[in-house]
Amino acid sequence: MALKDTLKNPYSNWMKDGGAEADVVVSSRVRLARDLAAYPFPHRLSPEQAEEVVHAVGLAVQQSKTAAAVGPLELTRLAELTPVERQVLVEKHLVSPDFIKGDVTGKAVVLRADEVVSIMVNEEDHLRIQCLMPGLALREGWELASRVDDLLEETLEYACSEEFGYLVTCPTNVGTGLRASVMLHLPGLVATRMLGEVISGLGKLGLTVRGLYGEGTKATGDLFQVSNQITLGRQEEEIIHDLTALVRRLVSQEREARKRLYREQPEALEDRIFRSYGILQNARVIESEEALRRLSDLRLGVALQMIKGIPFSLIAELMVLSQPAFLIKAAGRNLAPAERDVLRARLIRERLSPGGK
Amino acid sequence: MLCERCNKRPATVHYTEITNNKKQELHLCEECARETGVGSFMMPQLVLHDFLGGLFQQEPQAVVEPVSRECPRCGLSEREFARRGLLGCSDCYAVFRPAVDQVLRRIHGTVKHTGKLPRRSGKKTGVQRELKRLRQELEAAVRREEYEKAAELRDRIRELEQGLEGGK
Repeated sequence: MALKDTLKNPYSNWMKDGGAEADVVVSSRVRLARDLAAYPFPHRLSPEQAEEVVHAVGLAVQQSKTAAAVGPLELTRLAELTPVERQVLVEKHLVSPDFIKGDVTGKAVVLRADEVVSIMVNEEDHLRIQCLMPGLALREGWELASRVDDLLEETLEYACSEEFGYLVTCPTNVGTGLRASVMLHLPGLVATRMLGEVISGLGKLGLTVRGLYGEGTKATGDLFQVSNQITLGRQEEEIIHDLTALVRRLVSQEREARKRLYREQPEALEDRIFRSYGILQNARVIESEEALRRLSDLRLGVALQMIKGIPFSLIAELMVLSQPAFLIKAAGRNLAPAERDVLRARLIRERLSPGGK
Repeated sequence: MLCERCNKRPATVHYTEITNNKKQELHLCEECARETGVGSFMMPQLVLHDFLGGLFQQEPQAVVEPVSRECPRCGLSEREFARRGLLGCSDCYAVFRPAVDQVLRRIHGTVKHTGKLPRRSGKKTGVQRELKRLRQELEAAVRREEYEKAAELRDRIRELEQGLEGGK
C-alpha cells in the first residue's frame, strides 16, 4: 500500500518546497542509534534472534499510542522486496547503501507514509531511527526523532548506562547515538575552489563532510553531506544547535561564492546554466553522471533566479529519478545501461517541457 | 600534555622517529617510556607503527597475555574488538572497560554521557545522576558555610533517596 507508492514515486517529502535556506540546503536528517538490552548487537545475532528483534520492533511501532502520536508506521522485511526495490529505497535516501548489501534476512525497514520517518531494523544497530526533512530543519528533525524514540521505548528496553548513555555497536555512535546531517548544494564553493579549505575547517570543528550518498568525499552534482562526529559528552540540543549555526555560516559562504562567480564571469556562469538546461530539455541519451551534473547547474540557475518556474522539488525528484534502480522500476523490467540512458533522457525531458509533469 | 599511552600522567619523554621522511612523535610519561623502552638509547622494544597504528590497538601487555579476554555474554574477544572496533553486546562495554575508555576518549574526547536517557530504564540512573550532583553541591555549600542552602539540598537529597527506595 504505502510502500508501493514509495517504490513507484520518485518524489519524497524531503524534497518538498518551502524549506528553510532551500537555495543551499537540500535536506536535513537526524538519526538515532538504539539497541535492545536483551540481544547482542546485530553483527552477533543468530538468524532466529534477528527475527525476534524485527518482531519486537514490529510490535512497538504498531502500538495505537504510537500511531496516534506520530502517525501510522509500517514495517516491511527487506526479504519481501526485490533487489531493485531495495535499491530504490537507497536512491530515495530512506535507507543506507550498507543496509541492503549482502544477506538481507533478518532486516526490516519501518516507514511512515510520507517517508519523513524511517527506521532501519538490524543495520549496524538494532534500530536506526531517522527523520528526513526538506531544507534546514535539524531542530524539527530532532524533536520528531526523539518523540518516536520515546514512544518506542515504552515497549522496547534499550541498552544504556548512566555513564555511556545509549550503548550501541560502534563506539563512534555511543552516548546520544545522534547523528545529525544536512545535504548541501555547494556549486559556488566548488567552482571557486574554496571547498577544500572549508572542508578542512569543518574537520577541525568535529564535523564530517561526505559526498552525496554518504560514501567517500567525491560528490556527484555538487551535493555534500555535513554531519557531527562527536556523539558522547554533549547534549542533543547542543549538537543540533552547533551544527545548525555552522550550516548557516556555510550557507552564507556559499551565497557569497555564487555572487562572486556571477560578478567575475557572468557570461560563463549563465552559459553553463542555460547550456545544461538546454541539454536536459533536449537530450535523447544521457548518462547518470551527466544528468546529475546538469541538474546541479539547473538548481544553481533556479537559486540565482536566472531560471523561473522550476521548483527545487522537481530537481530533487529528477535526481532520484535519474538513478539506475529507479529507472528499472519505472520501466517495469531490467534495462541495459544504454536503454537506461535513453529512458532517463526521456523522463527528464518530459518533466522539464512546458506543461510537462 | 598527557602521556599518550596511559592518558593519566603528564608526558615528560618526547621521542621523535623519522623513517622514510615520515616523522612520528611519541609523548610518554617516564613510567610508560621505561616500560616500552622508548628513550633508553636502545632500540625501542615495540614497533612504533603498531604502537600508534589505529584507534583500537591493545595495550602492549595485553599482547603478551596468552589468552585474549572474552565477553562472557556474547563471546566477542578483545582481539576482535581491537580488530573491527565494534562491540558485540551491551555487556562488552564493561568487560573491555579500559580499552573502551581509551577508544571513547580518542573519538569523543570524553567518556561521560550528558544527553538523553531512556525514560523508563533511565529513570533510576537519572535520579542517581541528580543525586550525585546534589551531593557535590551540598559539599560545596558546607564548605562555603551556606548552611541554609545546605539544609535545602539535604532535604532534596533525602526526598530523592526515599523515592529511589520506594520505586524499587
